[in-house]
Amino acid sequence: MTKLLVRGGKVVDPFSGRSYQADILVAGGKIEAISRAFPDRGLKVLEAEGMYVFPGFLDLHAHLREPGKEEAEDLETGLRAAVRGGYTAVCCMPNTKPPLDNPELVEALYFKAKEIGLADLFPVGCITRGREGRELADMGLMSSCRARVRAFSDDGDGVMDSGLMRRALLYSRALGTVIISHPEDRALSRGGQVNEGKASYLMGLRGIPALAEEVMVARDILLAEETGARLHLAHLSTARSVQLVREARKRGVPVTAEVTPHHLLLTEEDIRGYDTNFKVNPPLRTRDDVRALLEGLVDGTIDAVATDHAPHTRESKEQEFDYAPFGISGLETAFPLLYTELVLRGELGLDELVALFTSGPARVLGVSPPLYGGQLVEGRIADLVIFDPRARWVIDPSRFASKGRNTPFAGREVKGRVVGVLKEGRVVYAEDGLLQDVGTVS
Amino acid sequence: MQGKREKRDLLDVDQLELGEVESLLESAEAFEEVLRRPIKKVPALRGKTVVNLFYEPSTRTRFSFELAAKSLSADVLNFSASASSVEKGESLKDTGFTVQAMGADAVVIRHPVAGAPYLLAEWLDIPVINAGDGMHAHPTQALLDVYVMRKRLGKLEGRRVTFVGDILHSRVARSGIKVCTMLGMKVAVAAPPTFLPAWLPPGVEVFQRLDDALEDSHVIYLLRIQRERQQQGYLPSLEEYVSSFQMNEERLRKARPDVLVMHPGPMNRGVEITPGVAESPQSVVDYQVTCGVAVRMAVLFLLLGGAGGA
Repeated sequence: MTKLLVRGGKVVDPFSGRSYQADILVAGGKIEAISRAFPDRGLKVLEAEGMYVFPGFLDLHAHLREPGKEEAEDLETGLRAAVRGGYTAVCCMPNTKPPLDNPELVEALYFKAKEIGLADLFPVGCITRGREGRELADMGLMSSCRARVRAFSDDGDGVMDSGLMRRALLYSRALGTVIISHPEDRALSRGGQVNEGKASYLMGLRGIPALAEEVMVARDILLAEETGARLHLAHLSTARSVQLVREARKRGVPVTAEVTPHHLLLTEEDIRGYDTNFKVNPPLRTRDDVRALLEGLVDGTIDAVATDHAPHTRESKEQEFDYAPFGISGLETAFPLLYTELVLRGELGLDELVALFTSGPARVLGVSPPLYGGQLVEGRIADLVIFDPRARWVIDPSRFASKGRNTPFAGREVKGRVVGVLKEGRVVYAEDGLLQDVGTVS
Repeated sequence: MQGKREKRDLLDVDQLELGEVESLLESAEAFEEVLRRPIKKVPALRGKTVVNLFYEPSTRTRFSFELAAKSLSADVLNFSASASSVEKGESLKDTGFTVQAMGADAVVIRHPVAGAPYLLAEWLDIPVINAGDGMHAHPTQALLDVYVMRKRLGKLEGRRVTFVGDILHSRVARSGIKVCTMLGMKVAVAAPPTFLPAWLPPGVEVFQRLDDALEDSHVIYLLRIQRERQQQGYLPSLEEYVSSFQMNEERLRKARPDVLVMHPGPMNRGVEITPGVAESPQSVVDYQVTCGVAVRMAVLFLLLGGAGGA
């Protein structure tokens, strides 16, 4: 078997909290050795001089659309998009057709992803059968099946029935799993298209008030506090949501939270005309909200960056604003965007950002080696990202691996690029010229 | 003007410069005069075809545009969504391209979704005129309203207009607030709290009671109250709305004697306005309808007419 030498990169390892220059020797899918200078005879070399080496990213929140909406994305294009973005593990949301509410479907998807072999798939199961918000789905069977479902969500919809949500949390606690809440009170958001306030007035569209999220964040925090169950809050978008989580954490409530790149970088005032690529749920909010989300990242209230990758076809997005679906295709742009806008502007340290893509989400999901994560040491699975901080490029959706070209960031210049990804030691993505054959295996 | 002209659309009033609003209103005066002639027709747009693309039922606005186009000697085609390919699932984009491919010279669009005219304007090479999109804009209504105000009040600068009623859902109010502000008017709204948007442009004064707004308003602009708002939980009852916000004889007496009472139609007599007020000398509702045709002629002529203007 050919050994691979990742040579001369700067390793940033949030699992150990250390950054250092090193060569990493990869063999048999694992890290064989980490050292200062290996002789490269007989090795395949990945030249990482001037580049960063990170552990593979974990996305807590992606819509891969299979089964049922393969015209928008399928498992293979979704996972290909994931590795382009530096992800070696992805949680896929269960709002498919049919929804992922039973062990058979979850296993089928899980094994299909294994066969594709690009990135690990952690399927998220439905909380309620058919995602209808009425009865509990077979959470126990999904958790114990071979796909080992670790998190449940009716994402796309909140569980409006508080009694049912309470029972789901109780049940999940017994299973040792996580409930991912999509915090949205439909009675407050119904018909809404953009943030209630300036955007809804000026665009003449129905508004989604910040309150629609905050009411449910508050409710779910109280339910988690009472049941002691692990609660994770998806795609926080408002200042008051962050404050509610911050206070809950201080009280010791077992709650975690994520934020998306678009909610960190865009406000309601950035929406260009009626461009539906800016239509996303929760909606783009205000400058104050963006500031508060960033503060939440810095002070550790928010545990992870998640993409909420939501690919859609061109036809479905090229419609009247009310008719177009919500969502942004985000897997391939998440890290470079935040590296450019947060790290290079001094808002956040590089190690902090990498943690939000790796150790943070691992903690949320409760996964540890050999499944995912862990310090970059000898014997660890070689899931690695090679990131070139010198690359400058313009986001061009027509070059996405994802079928979803729907992004409000098209045309934006970013700095830094994922140029290579190793999944269990195999090069699953590499830009031209990255790999060099230095000699033959001895 | 020389060379190839950029195509122009009228999507909302804020696309016009103040000077353009002024000259539009002036050319509308010339067209109002045409409409008073025995033969109400000029050959300005002969050979041009205007398509009315209506995705929402509307009789008055469609008639008004149709009359305006015909008075300019243009041909008019009416496309109403209920009786067309839309029911077969054709997209707005495809419908727009079809209309353009048939040789239409301009499209007048009314659509229940805000922004639909903007998308169409982006896709098509021919001028697009917004005849009302969702809760967003109704630029020709706003222009005809200020036309009427100017005819009746003369100078508008410093005068106060108060929009009354369902501001939240009203495209008439949104475009009206914009154009009145452009023309230097003081703008106020009077509405129950559930009909107030979460945000309003800076400078717009808010009254919780119509009675408080009456004395200083030169224009009381009443918006139509849709009866289903009560079922949707915006109003406890129409009676309650009537008691606080209906323009009735008593309130008319409290207003300035020269106040203008306006309404975009169709009126709910007995809800936002009493029959007595609707027929009072202060009411200019019928005159609004007449001027609507003249103003729409001016808009069509501006976007479709030859170089040189009116």
